[in-house]
Amino acid sequence: MDLLTQIVQQLINGISLGSIYALIALGYTMIYGIIKLINFAHGDIYMVGAYIGFFAITQAHLSIVPALLISLVTTGFLGMVVERLAYKPLRHAPRISVLITAIGVSFFLEYTSMYFVSPTPRTFPAVFGDVAVNIGDIVINGQQLLIFGITAVLMVVLTYIVQRTKLGKAMRAASYDTETAQLMGIDSDRIISFTFGIGSALAAVAGVLVGIYYNSIDPLMGIMPGMKAFVAAVLGGIGILPGAVLGGLILGIVEALVSGFISSTFRDAAAFAILIIVLLVKPTGLFGKNTKEKV
Amino acid sequence: MKYLRINDLKMLALAMVIFAVLQLLITGHIMSSFWQLNLIIIGINVIMSVSLNLINGYTGQFSLGHAGFMAVGAYVSIVLTTNFQVPFFFAILAGAIAAGILGFLIGIPTLRLRGDYLAIATLGMSEIIRICIMNIQYVGGAAGFKGIPHHTTFAWVFFFMLFTLFFIKNFVNSTDGRACLAIRENEIAAESMGINTTKYKIMAFTIGASFAGVAGALFGHAFYLVSPNSFTFMQSFNYLIMVVLGGLGSITGSIAGAFVVTFISAALASWPEFRMIIYALALILMMFYRPQGLFGYMEVTNTALFRKFLSKPAVKTATDNSEKGGSANG
Repeated sequence: MDLLTQIVQQLINGISLGSIYALIALGYTMIYGIIKLINFAHGDIYMVGAYIGFFAITQAHLSIVPALLISLVTTGFLGMVVERLAYKPLRHAPRISVLITAIGVSFFLEYTSMYFVSPTPRTFPAVFGDVAVNIGDIVINGQQLLIFGITAVLMVVLTYIVQRTKLGKAMRAASYDTETAQLMGIDSDRIISFTFGIGSALAAVAGVLVGIYYNSIDPLMGIMPGMKAFVAAVLGGIGILPGAVLGGLILGIVEALVSGFISSTFRDAAAFAILIIVLLVKPTGLFGKNTKEKV
Repeated sequence: MKYLRINDLKMLALAMVIFAVLQLLITGHIMSSFWQLNLIIIGINVIMSVSLNLINGYTGQFSLGHAGFMAVGAYVSIVLTTNFQVPFFFAILAGAIAAGILGFLIGIPTLRLRGDYLAIATLGMSEIIRICIMNIQYVGGAAGFKGIPHHTTFAWVFFFMLFTLFFIKNFVNSTDGRACLAIRENEIAAESMGINTTKYKIMAFTIGASFAGVAGALFGHAFYLVSPNSFTFMQSFNYLIMVVLGGLGSITGSIAGAFVVTFISAALASWPEFRMIIYALALILMMFYRPQGLFGYMEVTNTALFRKFLSKPAVKTATDNSEKGGSANG
């Protein structure tokens, strides 16, 4: 295999990994855009989504699409419950308190799931046979095709919701200026709850897709992807939806290239290095605009 | 400021009494080796949580990468004692200096960030440190460093802990410390009062990091094997829990937090899930009902019991305060 095919192959791996980061990053960026909170628990919501999909496939013997839908709806609902119970009482608290609460929620989700499903990793059933598309020496396997397809569909649906529906308009208004939006008659609590629902549902899909892609899920699987998705959101410009997608893809590609050509142990380091470079060079991200801080 | 020195001496005497009692329990074999080890861990955790409190609680810069500095201190000192036969004390010092220099270098770029960005950036930095250590074969890589001389005893930990407490207490009460408090209260206001915020943030960060290095050196020599897995971000979260539960901005709180968390960890060692669930609920409920932590800004030395024991500040110190350009009550 010559160098060029190797690079293209890593790019394909990177894009499929990046699509997953993009799905998680969308939730991060939406939530951050509206209540300025890094939802540390977002990665764990993704883990819960993976487990719900896992049980839907293994226990209820569902095929992949209904399993995805069940996971999407249940996890979206879980996201709303988390928001209602943990974050809503702290709406006017200092941001550090909310951040610490988010860390607490993250621990809570991780270790209660660990209690119920045991810490040992589970093997995700193979829902796809050995379907693979070969283009010359380049292989795109069935899981990767599934990831591309589902991610694309979800992006279209999300764009429709945010740009075309009344709810999406309210979301955009609330993230632009929550107080003014409230004065215009938008029920911001409902919008925030809805945003958590959508974000969590996207994360749940990402969780199931990761399960299919890597064949293995465990209760702590959400920590690293959660933080990397945050890096992706910051890279694209936090609060900006296309930015999150672009950031996720870039991050996925960089990680694939680093693990393919340098060493897989430096994968995580590469992601954090990107974060620090972005924060130092252009803290608003690729798509972000500069805003002056008012006293 | 004479009353301060007298009070310091009284506190030192009290600490010596506590030390003598505990040391007697250890040398008399009254305390089991399990609790002896836990006592050492508590001491190390106190150093970690108090130094983290200087950054997070007193200066208000939310750092989540304290375990990274601990790792640097541990590895530098371990290499010095094991491979170069450097005396333990100087190895600890070297660990502290290395961690401090790294803290300074990391602090310059990252402390420009605020709040949650800073949290993730410091977390990322500590992970990068850990991953780098994992890839250095000279220090054993991912498998860890074996054959470390067992230098850490209760006495070493206790006196370094005492020094840390003394240093950080006096730093917070100094002019520089007041500047840090001002930054915590309102960074923009502090800046407009002529405080060089970057300088003080980096100062607090560097001091905190070097004490984390001390704790790391002590930690490294308490076991025969140290691996990079001892310094993951989960460890940083652990110290954060101690500081937050005890009170962001209270040394007493950090000590109490370190005690409580270490005891809970030891007692629930067989049920790690429960332990973490308890921490998680404690963190959430604490933020709901008492966001300032158990002790808030309170110190045990300010309670009625201790005031009787300690000398009262003389009237003339009021002028000392006004000379510094800020009153303690403000």
